[in-house]
Amino acid sequence: MSDFILKVNGARLHVSAPAEKSLLFVLRDRLNLTGTKYGCGEGQCAACTVLLDGKPARSCLTPVSAAAKANITTIEGLEQNGHLSPVQQAFLDEGAFQCGYCTSGMVLCATALLRATSHPTEDQIVTYMDGNICRCGTYPRIVAAVQRASQSPQKAGGQ
Amino acid sequence: MTRHDALTDELAQHTIDDKPHWFRLDRRDFLKFFGGGLLVCLADLPAWAQESGRNFGGHELPKDIAAWLSIAADGRVTVFTGKVEVGQNIRTSLAQSVAEELRVPFDTITMLMGDTDLTPWDMGTFGSRTTPTMGPQLRTMAAAARQMLVEMAATRWNADPATLTAADAEVTDTHQGQSLTYGELTRGEKLMKTVSTNVALTPASAWKIAGTAIPKVNGRDFVTGKHKYPSDIVRPGMMFGKVLRPDGFNATLVSLDTGEADKIPGASVVHDGNFIAVAAADLSTAERALSALHATWNVPPQPSNQDLFVSFKQTSKTQQEGDGPEHVSGSVPQAMASAAIKLHRQYTVQYIAHAPLEPRAAVAEWVNGKLTVWTGTQRPFGVRDELMAAFHLPAEQVRVIQPDMGSGYGGKHTGDAAIEAARLAKATGKPVKIVWTREEEFTWAYFRPAGLIEIGSGANRDGTLVAWEHYNYNSGPAAIATPYNVANQLSQFHPASSPLRQGSYRALAATANNFARESHMDEMAHAVKMDPMEFRMKNLTDPRLRAVLQAAAEKFNWGQAKPTPQRGFGIAGGADKGGYVATCVEVEINPTDKKIGIRRVVQAWESGAIVNPDGLRNQVAGALVQGIGGAMFESIQFANGRILNPHFAQYRVPRFSDTPRIEIVLIDRKDLPSAGAGESGIIGLAPAVGNAIFAATGVRLRNLPMTPASGASGETASVFHA
Ligand code: FES
Ligand code: FES
Repeated sequence: MSDFILKVNGARLHVSAPAEKSLLFVLRDRLNLTGTKYGCGEGQCAACTVLLDGKPARSCLTPVSAAAKANITTIEGLEQNGHLSPVQQAFLDEGAFQCGYCTSGMVLCATALLRATSHPTEDQIVTYMDGNICRCGTYPRIVAAVQRASQSPQKAGGQ
Repeated sequence: MTRHDALTDELAQHTIDDKPHWFRLDRRDFLKFFGGGLLVCLADLPAWAQESGRNFGGHELPKDIAAWLSIAADGRVTVFTGKVEVGQNIRTSLAQSVAEELRVPFDTITMLMGDTDLTPWDMGTFGSRTTPTMGPQLRTMAAAARQMLVEMAATRWNADPATLTAADAEVTDTHQGQSLTYGELTRGEKLMKTVSTNVALTPASAWKIAGTAIPKVNGRDFVTGKHKYPSDIVRPGMMFGKVLRPDGFNATLVSLDTGEADKIPGASVVHDGNFIAVAAADLSTAERALSALHATWNVPPQPSNQDLFVSFKQTSKTQQEGDGPEHVSGSVPQAMASAAIKLHRQYTVQYIAHAPLEPRAAVAEWVNGKLTVWTGTQRPFGVRDELMAAFHLPAEQVRVIQPDMGSGYGGKHTGDAAIEAARLAKATGKPVKIVWTREEEFTWAYFRPAGLIEIGSGANRDGTLVAWEHYNYNSGPAAIATPYNVANQLSQFHPASSPLRQGSYRALAATANNFARESHMDEMAHAVKMDPMEFRMKNLTDPRLRAVLQAAAEKFNWGQAKPTPQRGFGIAGGADKGGYVATCVEVEINPTDKKIGIRRVVQAWESGAIVNPDGLRNQVAGALVQGIGGAMFESIQFANGRILNPHFAQYRVPRFSDTPRIEIVLIDRKDLPSAGAGESGIIGLAPAVGNAIFAATGVRLRNLPMTPASGASGETASVFHA
């Protein structure tokens, strides 16, 4: 067991966990931030995506020790003062989910994409998000949601 | 604590916040605990529900009560149903139907679903039954409740109920200019009513709330991560469990050494027969203990993919005595003998996995001998039965709660994880959570059956079909009968022994049977030198299937562009479970490596009156996208009792880059009852793709997935190897 101070959604949180354990495990089972999902534990589905200093990371493959220095953003951290982020709002407006299990990973990946490229083409969206599985097959609506968010007057990538 | 408070606490379980305790309550008690307002139960099921009950695993729908609904003093409406929400959007669409008939705003309705203590018995959420059976049941109940409220107002005002109207959660007497809200009418009352089914329902043409594109009811919880899926449930003092899986299917345990695991502080090892598992206060300790268990297994030699289709035929049985063929008319041998053009072809489908993104998960807790399990399942009452059998408990000692889950596609009918968690919870005296790994999900769940299908057909030179025979080995009888007009036909399903555990899957065998039939129709069209669309229409009178074929063809501009070696167009239609589908596909073939890409799909869909066009579109498009996997690359590889590709890296599922441009055309038949729409949207894609590939290349692919014959699962189809 090692002790870590994690910066999660702007808060400094103390956890003790084996250093090699995944950030996914720590978020879900230690911090009860269950919005981050387990889909494969192998880097293949991106359901577990979080942002580390604004960049998307597979939390299932990120040892907690490697995340200790970063600003970690999870799905729970996107809403600001009761307002959804532009990407969250766009997913809601497009109805871009069915069971919704992939949604947090999708929303965070899209947030990172729009931070890097404010008006991505459809091809850019597909390439950037091809690691994210939606087993319900909601891909066309997710692409539409990302495009909608990119049109948002609010800065879609957020801070 | 008053009784009403106890009920409120029960209901609060559905928000699944941590609670130190809760109250035991069986369903009859629930009725006793009903605090105030109006409670309406639906009894006396109509003929259609009883008919559908007969064929479901020997379970009759219960004769007493099918569903209930309560209107509280504050006007809030709670609807109780044993159906579950798995992403197919029934939490929203059923609430729309109730709001419509009850004449209340949509957002006053709460659906309480899939809790065996609080909802009426239900056989499960599968077979596209929710919309055609539960929909009308809830509508009937709501319409009866509305009538009751009108009568209550009439009594108060001493008025003729026929002169009163119900709208917007109020009963109004327009002549006297007075009105009362439903809440005002039920406040202070404690009315429990049972209604029967002969109540007039609002026709779809007059719907105002049903039939509209209301967004998913708790959508915000899904984009904020607040929704608690089964795998997110936490109970006080909860431990984490891991099960030791055998080295292969049908393995027997030779030896087990638990010495090293026993020494790990905080880990408990449970060994009971073939069940070997560990539990610990945290997942990493449980994982450590699991890997410290040393077992040896004896795995018997078992078949592999290579032997599969031969073995289906060898082990096949005719149907059980007295069942007869699925469908028979005329004489196939005679008609075949005289037909000018004859074809005999074989088609195959491989085992595929549901691979729901949320794997199987359960949290089990025992309190004073009563077992409660939160789990992801399409059959909460079925899982309750399994738990009752496994732990020798009466029904009132088991409660299964199903939080809206990370989907199932027919793959979560069983209670495996629930039983495992309950066994560990019993041993440790603590609540236990089990979440299957992706590899466990790919290995120890069950699969969509593989199958071999043989079709023979005969036609006259003018393109009239005269003979049709269709034999399905192992994959199943769904949609086996041809919708086309053929005077002489025989369709038969032959069960065979399956080397892998197999079970339900979205649309069951309709995908396989329709792939074979619609590929074969295309082959026959070419044999009689007719356009595939024209050939279908010549042999088809079913107006609903004709209508979707025409709608898809029109939107696609069928027949306008000529195929080239790089570009082909295909069409296929089909019908199952009250859903009618037609699919047009454009494929592109890379001239260098011959890889196939699906570029454009138009799918027309009709399933009676549309309850929610937005949810319907989402389901129909989703089924189509899921169908790409089974059509192009999904295939479980196995040998000697082991799955060889139990990871997403080896078992390829459709991704963004596999998704074509999709156009969905919905036909709204307000004059027809609404049918379920979560399944049959998957059945048109594979044959349409195969037909498009043939149009471009002249190569006919008869095996799903349409991968290179010798290649590994997951490669994109390449016609070089076909
Ligand atoms: S859970 Fe991390 S990529 Fe699938
Ligand atoms: S909505 Fe179910 S996995 Fe994407």
